[in-house]
Amino acid sequence: MTVLCLVEFDGAGPADASLRALTLGRSLGDPSLGAVVFADSDSVPASALADYGVTDVYVIEPGTLEGYAPQAWARVLAGLATETGATAVLAAGTDRGNEVLAHLGAITGLPMAANCTLVTPDGGQTHRLVRHRWAGLLLEEAVMEAPIALFTVTTDAVSAVSAETAETIQVHVYKAEVAEADLVVRAAESPASAGGASLATARVVVGGGRGVGGADGFAPLEELADLLGGVVGVSRVVTSEGWRPHRQQVGQTGTKITPELYLACGISGAIQHIAGCAGAKHIIAINTDPGAPILAHADYAIIGDLHQVIPALVEALRAR
Amino acid sequence: MEILVCVKRVPTVGGTIAVTPDGQEVDTRMSGFSISPHEECAVEEAVQITERAGGSVSVLTLGPEAAIEQLRGALALGAGRAVLLETDGREFGPIATAAAIAAEVRDHGYDLVLLGNEAADTGDYQVGIRLAHELGWPVATGIKNLSTSADGVVARREYRGVEEAYELPLPAVITVKEGINLPRYPSLPGRLRAKRAPVDRSSPAWAAEGLRKETLRVPASSKHQAHVLGDGADAVPELVRVLDELGILT
Repeated sequence: MTVLCLVEFDGAGPADASLRALTLGRSLGDPSLGAVVFADSDSVPASALADYGVTDVYVIEPGTLEGYAPQAWARVLAGLATETGATAVLAAGTDRGNEVLAHLGAITGLPMAANCTLVTPDGGQTHRLVRHRWAGLLLEEAVMEAPIALFTVTTDAVSAVSAETAETIQVHVYKAEVAEADLVVRAAESPASAGGASLATARVVVGGGRGVGGADGFAPLEELADLLGGVVGVSRVVTSEGWRPHRQQVGQTGTKITPELYLACGISGAIQHIAGCAGAKHIIAINTDPGAPILAHADYAIIGDLHQVIPALVEALRAR
Repeated sequence: MEILVCVKRVPTVGGTIAVTPDGQEVDTRMSGFSISPHEECAVEEAVQITERAGGSVSVLTLGPEAAIEQLRGALALGAGRAVLLETDGREFGPIATAAAIAAEVRDHGYDLVLLGNEAADTGDYQVGIRLAHELGWPVATGIKNLSTSADGVVARREYRGVEEAYELPLPAVITVKEGINLPRYPSLPGRLRAKRAPVDRSSPAWAAEGLRKETLRVPASSKHQAHVLGDGADAVPELVRVLDELGILT
């Protein structure tokens, strides 16, 4: 009886989203929790995984399968699930996690539940689960009947919690059988043209909305973000107007963020935007309108014009 | 190039979202309907490709008869043909949805099928991939840049600060995300043409799936009213104190 979890990396360590997935995977209560990693076996962060209750690591080395090929990754998971007699296979609800698990669902003909917040075995082949709809604005309670439960775990609504006691971990190098057809779609990777990809994992996000007023109004927000060790995120109207690139959008059709602080400036708080920032630990709003919906989701607010408040805040922080 | 774009009629949610008393669906008494931004971009991308390379765009939806409104919206933007896979009101799961779309694709022989990366409402993240497996076609998802040639496409997306480029032979399935383009507004001639255009219909079979919805609910609210620190720049010292207290200034 084992649960398998696809683990992604962020630099040398396991990605935060994967630690959240491992936390949920551990809660299923199977005696064995297997992490599946596509990496060199020398670079496996075994102790970090053991801290999260992982008992077995299955390593697929570049000699076996090089680079990201979603269908091939799913084929490997399907093979491992059969060999280990897995009762569940899960991944983080990231672009890659959802993609690989969807392929796994198609390969096995089994259902796949995306972006779960809770999964509970309910005897036999039944799992009860809670998952996000509308990017988390609604929760769906559902029942899954399947010989192997396939699901992904939300990146913004399940906390990563380490196990009470670290497990003794066994590392297995897994030689996968991958067909040529599984490798037709494979990523050629190169550094992104612009940075800003750290929005999803930033500790502080300074958000700008319609109230910023135009493409040339973002310099003070950038300056503030730099001072706070964060990045700038924007609302959908800002990208629709072409003021900022879409990769900076926070929201249902942009990026979901999980910072310690989200400072929402001149953002009214459409529900699709809330879906993207609800995972922030603290929200502070700066808005001229005391009735703006964002205030119902914020912990603190300043009623005022961001064009006066932000320069004053930058000055105060510089003076410290 | 013959392109099929798949769209889905979903409630337009604004300030709030509510569930019907039986917990089975979104309360739409006060809302209109639309397609998701990802799908608006899929329609725009298909129209742009055929403007460049020739061919035609068909638009498909699986849903109730009322979803013809969304098909006409896509026709007004430049799609030439509309297909309604009419349901009886029951929610099709992703497996049945993909099977129904695959049947239409086999009947008409498309080179490229575009979908949104995920539906705004169910967020299943899998219909495009299941469709590709049904057809035995390659698939790339979450795409934000697409270039086409006679025999293939190059599809790009960013992931963790890395650009991923995928080369796919045609025919292929691509799911796109908002940001791939800025969708146009419908023209008046486009709207008039859309009104008159015929809609092909069929009624695919619903099938039970291994994942069964029981109820929908709004999450236990984190809603509260923000503690107001003050007005304008005068509130900045108090804001700095709060930032310090929250451990942001370390």
